[in-house]
Amino acid sequence: MFTILHLAIIAPFLAAVLVPLLYKFIPRIHTGWFVLIVPIILFSYFLSYLPEVSGTGSVMKTFEWIPSLGINYIAYVDGLGLLFALLITGIGALVVLYSIYYLDKHKEQLNNFYTYLLLFMGAMLGLTLSDNLIVLYTFWEITSISSFLLISYWYTKEKSRYGALKSLLITVMGGFALLVGFVLIASVTGTYSIRGILEASDQLADSPLFLPAMLLILLGAFTKSAQFPFHIWLPDAMEAPTPVSAYLHSATMVKAGIYLVARMTPLFAVSAYWFWLVTGFGLLTLIWGSLSAIRQTDLKGILAYSTVSQLGMILSMLGAGAAALHYDSIDNNAYTIAVAAAIFHLINHATYKGSLFMMVGIIDHETGTRDIRRLGGLMTLMPISFTIAVIGGFSMAGLPPFNGFLSKEMFFMSMVEITHFPQYSVDSIGILLPIVAWTASIFTFVYCMMLVFRTFTGKLQKEKLPTKPHEAPFGMLLSPLILVALVVFIGFFPNTLVPTIIEPAMASIMPELAQTGSFGVDIYFWHGFSLELFMTIGVVLLGTAIFLALQKWNKMHVIFPENRLFNQAYNRSLEGLDRSSHALMSWHMTGLVRDYFIYIFSFTVVLLLFSLFGTGAFTIDVENMVPVSPYEAILSLVLVGSSLILMFTRSRLKAVISLGALGYTVALFFVLFRAPDLALTQLTIETVSVTLFLLCFYHFPQIFDALKETKFHAVNFVISATVGLTVTLIGLSASGTRLFPAISDYFLENSYKEAGGNNVVNVILVDFRGFDTLLEILVLAIASLGVYSLIKLRLAGGENK
Amino acid sequence: MKYNDIILQTVTKFISFLIFLFAVYIFFNGHQEPGGGFIGGLMTSAVLVLLLLAFDMETVRRALPIDYKLMTAIGLVFAVGTGVGSFFFSVPFLSQTFGYFHFPVLGELELTTTLAFDLGVYLVVIGTAMTIIQTIGEDK
Amino acid sequence: MEIIMSILAGFLFTVGLYLILTKNLIRIIIGSSVLSHGAHLLLLTMAGLKTGAPPLLGLEADTYVDPLPQALILTAIVISFGVTSFILVLGYRTYKVTGAAETDQLRGTDTDE
Repeated sequence: MFTILHLAIIAPFLAAVLVPLLYKFIPRIHTGWFVLIVPIILFSYFLSYLPEVSGTGSVMKTFEWIPSLGINYIAYVDGLGLLFALLITGIGALVVLYSIYYLDKHKEQLNNFYTYLLLFMGAMLGLTLSDNLIVLYTFWEITSISSFLLISYWYTKEKSRYGALKSLLITVMGGFALLVGFVLIASVTGTYSIRGILEASDQLADSPLFLPAMLLILLGAFTKSAQFPFHIWLPDAMEAPTPVSAYLHSATMVKAGIYLVARMTPLFAVSAYWFWLVTGFGLLTLIWGSLSAIRQTDLKGILAYSTVSQLGMILSMLGAGAAALHYDSIDNNAYTIAVAAAIFHLINHATYKGSLFMMVGIIDHETGTRDIRRLGGLMTLMPISFTIAVIGGFSMAGLPPFNGFLSKEMFFMSMVEITHFPQYSVDSIGILLPIVAWTASIFTFVYCMMLVFRTFTGKLQKEKLPTKPHEAPFGMLLSPLILVALVVFIGFFPNTLVPTIIEPAMASIMPELAQTGSFGVDIYFWHGFSLELFMTIGVVLLGTAIFLALQKWNKMHVIFPENRLFNQAYNRSLEGLDRSSHALMSWHMTGLVRDYFIYIFSFTVVLLLFSLFGTGAFTIDVENMVPVSPYEAILSLVLVGSSLILMFTRSRLKAVISLGALGYTVALFFVLFRAPDLALTQLTIETVSVTLFLLCFYHFPQIFDALKETKFHAVNFVISATVGLTVTLIGLSASGTRLFPAISDYFLENSYKEAGGNNVVNVILVDFRGFDTLLEILVLAIASLGVYSLIKLRLAGGENK
Repeated sequence: MKYNDIILQTVTKFISFLIFLFAVYIFFNGHQEPGGGFIGGLMTSAVLVLLLLAFDMETVRRALPIDYKLMTAIGLVFAVGTGVGSFFFSVPFLSQTFGYFHFPVLGELELTTTLAFDLGVYLVVIGTAMTIIQTIGEDK
Repeated sequence: MEIIMSILAGFLFTVGLYLILTKNLIRIIIGSSVLSHGAHLLLLTMAGLKTGAPPLLGLEADTYVDPLPQALILTAIVISFGVTSFILVLGYRTYKVTGAAETDQLRGTDTDE
């Protein structure tokens, strides 16, 4: 049944169709206002699922799309899916609201922007609320494409196009790996349904395809979530309009990889590779991203690397959380805290990073630059933006009383906790995990401070700013204000989220554990003087010291030039691909029809001979063969003779005449082989076509002059002789075998009964297979029109006599 | 394109009628004996080609002022028309039927809807062949 | 006879293809015509030769030859006529416009980029 849930998922697509019309016919009102309705309605709709999904509940609605093939469109809402759905529609609504003020309705192509944005929203909803892997994959690719379109929104800029292409190439490459991974999984478990696969997870774990499937899926997730070393696309994606960066490249799309990892956790968590790959790459990305962020001078660059880094952090927590699945019970299972932290941080990151992106967009909009070397002292001019920056930035840095502090504490706690895990040699090298996490957090603190203080404090450099800075209009500030309000609210009342969102999402990541009891997550500020608190204090002290040192020593980016290694690798491989494919193309695409024929026929021959002998299909059955009569012998000789003349003649008249002779001989063969209709057709058609050749000859004898030059071409002859031999072999095997009863018996029996005709060939043509004949005469008519227009139609400029 | 071949022209005048009549016979009889739209059409085209060879393009055109492209189109309309006709009897596209009817002079005869379809084929074949021949023959 | 017919069909394929692989436009056109003759004979042979009377039910024979390949070949003959005449005119016209009767004079790739 097609339900409201299905409609909700495709609603953005339907709305996307209307956008161009609204833009065209109601130009006075900013198109964004119409678009805004969609995410708001969807958000409130998905909120209504909260009670149903709380605990371990889930809602599944099946729409039988093609029931006979078992293809169904299954919408599946569980804790994890709902979390993402709320994130997509909630942040989506705020971003659309923000974009109404950010994008000028007179200067910008709003129809393009909102169509792409809605396309993305729908794809993202479909991705997170689907039970079918292929559907998931399809939506996955649509998000890549809409991201590509949005990054290249200002397509006249060279950098936009570069960034768009880069993101598309990297994410689609990952997407392709993902598809292969899904196919591998389905080949083992026999189903594409995610729930079905989770039930068959034991079967997969024993399969040799387990590891390849896991690696391929991780490749897909890592490319999408900009994990090291695939993170290089995300900073270049910042060429997109800021609402897009806030929405796609920070809050939602890049988290699709995290969604996938979370979804697949019950399937793969039993593997040590999974644990180490996800945790390891997560932490590596965390520290690499935070180090790179310090080197940036562009505000959006800082945020881009910070997003990379934070995504790595969430992933590392999910990886560590995999340890929890090694226990049968929820009691005394300390590792579940990592999963809770991951989900909590996912939400927090969306709130503070969204507000920070919007704040940067405001700065860019009002001052005309995002370069921190030219900014400074904006505190008094833009007090509300400053407030937003402080709350967002401090939350990201992990300072109380904001939500970022809580999730960072939980992050530390889970990283410390994981060192007690007794498997996977964690007890020996596991101590590295909290150390890396802590070090990365120091750098995170530093870039957060840079973001806030280098922009808003210090000396105002008015002469370096393109426009005179002033506070943004209220509408623009509204969305980031809502987000920072959430930052503060979650900071003070984190436990409102626990039963509604966090625990249901945990239940879908750890379904078996959820059956054994409640996760009992309790988030609070004061833990007592625990290790985590001391770690945070250390971060703040060391971070402040480094920040102050950098303040004085302004040449950070000179001393540590940005590491371009991976970008260079990407550029080089792209150039190499371009060059080698060009070389390959010019090698085999010679522009000579003859060469193409040679490819086609060589391939055909190889394929045919291989299947003929490879499958043992070659047989000659001599028994039922017809004896050769003298007529046939003579005709065969005529046939061979006339074709040999055709092959070597230099005379035009001889060529035309022997072609005619060949045709008439074939007609006589038809007579002998009891095909009167064919004989008649062949005879008449040969008459007409010989006339046609003669007419060409009469009108334009010069074209036949070229025949005079004839040289025997041995290579060509060998190729054509091989094809001829293959045809002979196939003809021999085919006439000797009859595997199935011929359908002709049906025609013979029913020709008179059903169609009232005795000439079975004619009955087949006009009655049984009338449709074929109809199309055939259509082809004839097209050919005649083609001939007519070739001769008669003289298009201007086409004639160069 | 001026020939002056008296013998060919005289013979053609007689024989073309004979061949044309034979072509029509073969076309109508196609459902029972060898023949049908394709063969009938090709044979008729052969007659026309013979005329073209014996006389010249202009003469034939004056004697038979036929637009062969139009003929092709009419043929297609016939063929599609029999198919569409099936819809009025709520049977699938191109369903054919037949029946036996009594005619005053000819006696008991079978009539089929395929005849209309075959007529379409016949016209398309003539139209195509002659369009091609005529176009290239007139090219200067 | 089947053996001879198969060899004949293969021979026609050889000749047709050899002609197609030459550079000369007229040879290519003739070659395609020869190739289609080969294909028709091959189809007929594969269906079995002289396995009964012609497929005319009025003959009231016990067995008839397979009518389906004949219908196929009939279609193929007519189509190949259409195609041959089209490429003949195409070649004719190409020669008239460009003065080239060899395919390597007609390469389009040299001027690309």
